[in-house]
Amino acid sequence: MIAVFMELRDGKIKKSSLETLSEAKRRAADLGCDAVAVLVGSGVEASAADAFGAGAARAYALESQALAGYSAQGFALALAEWAGEARPAAVLFAATAMGRDLAPRVAARLGAGLVSDCTGVAVTNGKLEFTRPIYAGKAVLKCVLRSSPQLATLRPNVFPLGETAPGAGEVVRRDVSVPDGAVKGRAVEVLREQGGEIDVTEAEIVVTGGRGLKGPENFGLLRELAALFPKAAVGASRSAVDSGWIGHQHQVGQTGKTVSPNLYFAVGVSGAIQHLAGMSSSKVIVAVNKDPEAPIFKVADYGIVGDLFQVVPLLTEEIKTILAE
Amino acid sequence: MTILVFVKRVPDTESKIRIQYEARTILEDGLSFVISPYDEFAVEEALRLREAKGGAVRVVSVGKDESLTVLRKALAMGADEAVLIKDVTPETYDGLRTARIIARAVERKFPGADLLLFGKQSVGADNSQVPAMVAELLGLPQATVVTKLEVADGTATAFREIEGGSEKVALSLPAVVTAQKGLNEPRYETLKGIMAAKKKDIPVVTLDELGFAAEDLVPQVEITGLDVPAARQAGKILQGDPAHAARELAALLRNEAKVL
Ligand SMILES: Cc1cc2nc3c(=O)[nH]c(=O)nc-3n(C[C@H](O)[C@H](O)[C@H](O)COP(=O)(O)OP(=O)(O)OC[C@H]3O[C@@H](n4cnc5c(N)ncnc54)[C@H](O)[C@@H]3O)c2cc1C
Ligand SMILES: Nc1ncnc2c1ncn2[C@@H]1O[C@H](COP(=O)(O)O)[C@@H](O)[C@H]1O
Repeated sequence: MIAVFMELRDGKIKKSSLETLSEAKRRAADLGCDAVAVLVGSGVEASAADAFGAGAARAYALESQALAGYSAQGFALALAEWAGEARPAAVLFAATAMGRDLAPRVAARLGAGLVSDCTGVAVTNGKLEFTRPIYAGKAVLKCVLRSSPQLATLRPNVFPLGETAPGAGEVVRRDVSVPDGAVKGRAVEVLREQGGEIDVTEAEIVVTGGRGLKGPENFGLLRELAALFPKAAVGASRSAVDSGWIGHQHQVGQTGKTVSPNLYFAVGVSGAIQHLAGMSSSKVIVAVNKDPEAPIFKVADYGIVGDLFQVVPLLTEEIKTILAE
Repeated sequence: MTILVFVKRVPDTESKIRIQYEARTILEDGLSFVISPYDEFAVEEALRLREAKGGAVRVVSVGKDESLTVLRKALAMGADEAVLIKDVTPETYDGLRTARIIARAVERKFPGADLLLFGKQSVGADNSQVPAMVAELLGLPQATVVTKLEVADGTATAFREIEGGSEKVALSLPAVVTAQKGLNEPRYETLKGIMAAKKKDIPVVTLDELGFAAEDLVPQVEITGLDVPAARQAGKILQGDPAHAARELAALLRNEAKVL
């Protein structure tokens, strides 16, 4: 069986976890086994329904009062104990802030290998073969793990969601005992960014601005374009962030976030290698730049050579018209 | 307080990566190497904490002799001591292997540290694995991808970057913390610092001394392929009248790319 950790936000399974589960189900079919969902926390049984919709054969709820808030230590203890008993062939996580925090602890506790931030999973000789970018995407590594279980985190927005029909299935509840003093650190508060904007890593469309925008006020042009779509976010190059035009949480690239939206607009961004590291797995890339030699055009599927202050408002109007049709 | 900082020598992020296909490794000649950029934030944070609270900053790297250069850089920034754990194995991309070495070294060589600082990821391997694995192996709490850290008596509060905001984590010390950009602005080495760093002795610890036999450290990761990324198909680049180009692009996004 392939197990997938289900990350919850406000009691709902995150989309990236369902993507990971969908991929687990496809690979489990190749291996002739099941994909199962694993939830961790206190009172999480009720949240399992969406996992069945995405193809889980079963769900496990690892429950303890001590796991009511997230702690890497507590969650790793619960998952490792469960895996030691249930013996899944693989345990997969979405490569989110939580998945990246948690998976290495589980791996260390199990003495198992871990592959981070995979963009592909295949089955060869009865094992999972993982594909992942390394050196900021300048090389691609394929590998298998010698350990059992095999652990990996999967990059969000890369793996397609399977059928999400409403489903029902068996939820197996396991009470976890967390010894006193075993959890020495925990999340005590989540501070949401003002405005409740969606994060660039979770957006389906990202509109990114660079130094070409010339000032913070001109991010308004990008916000107008982003506002045409229900799940869009505004991103930024490091130069724009370092100039203080927009917060670091918007930064895309090696020292920022890695995004793989369906559509990525790079506006007034030159396309430095450290920027490409964060966005080259986007499905469709559009560049607007006045310099026809800008490296961003080498990775762009579509581009307009021109002055962004002219092009972006026109493009926003054209897209608005098309969306209204 | 005693702070340990773990730093790795990595190819400069500007480097052009070439591949040695038979050996399934990257070609090192012609690359320039640096301290992994996030590790610099970790060193800086350690120095600031020492300046505020007193104590000592010890910098540790696992790698071959060439890693002495990144240790000297940390000394030049102001670290008190540096230690090289000598491991000549080429990059394995296996976080657990490195984490085992580091955890063992902490237990045997550097007991009693209050804080273990790391970068949020080593550029190149881009794993984000080693710190949380070390934390688990040593039974310590962790906060990863931290942009703000406050240390008090025996406890710390860290703010970590998460989707759409930040998460406040309360830790008891000793703890593992990994540095994200934004935590601080690393200082430049001074000439005086560079001269002083040159004179400092950097002890070398062998894997043998840490009690490892070769078979203990077989990587879990077995590389089955290493290649350059498939080139993206050449895109359609529109020039000329902006109004016309904008209309054409919108139509292409709908009819050809099917993303609208
Ligand atoms: C260790 C390290 C980590 C880094 N991490 C990141 C990272 O995470 N993310 C990141 O983005 N960068 C990162 N960088 C920085 C990176 O190298 C580049 O400096 C940065 O991406 C450049 O930002 P930019 O494209 O906005 O600016 P520039 O390179 O200055 O490009 C501006 C572009 O705007 C165009 N332009 C100007 N005016 C107009 C106009 N009116 N209309 C249309 N186009 C116009 C120009 O032709 C140019 O191509 C990192 C660098 C290092 C060393
Ligand atoms: N060989 C090493 N020597 C010392 N520290 C390391 C080494 N490899 C990784 N680290 C530390 O662990 C962090 C995360 O690395 P990684 O898990 O490889 O992404 C780095 O930023 C370093 O602080």
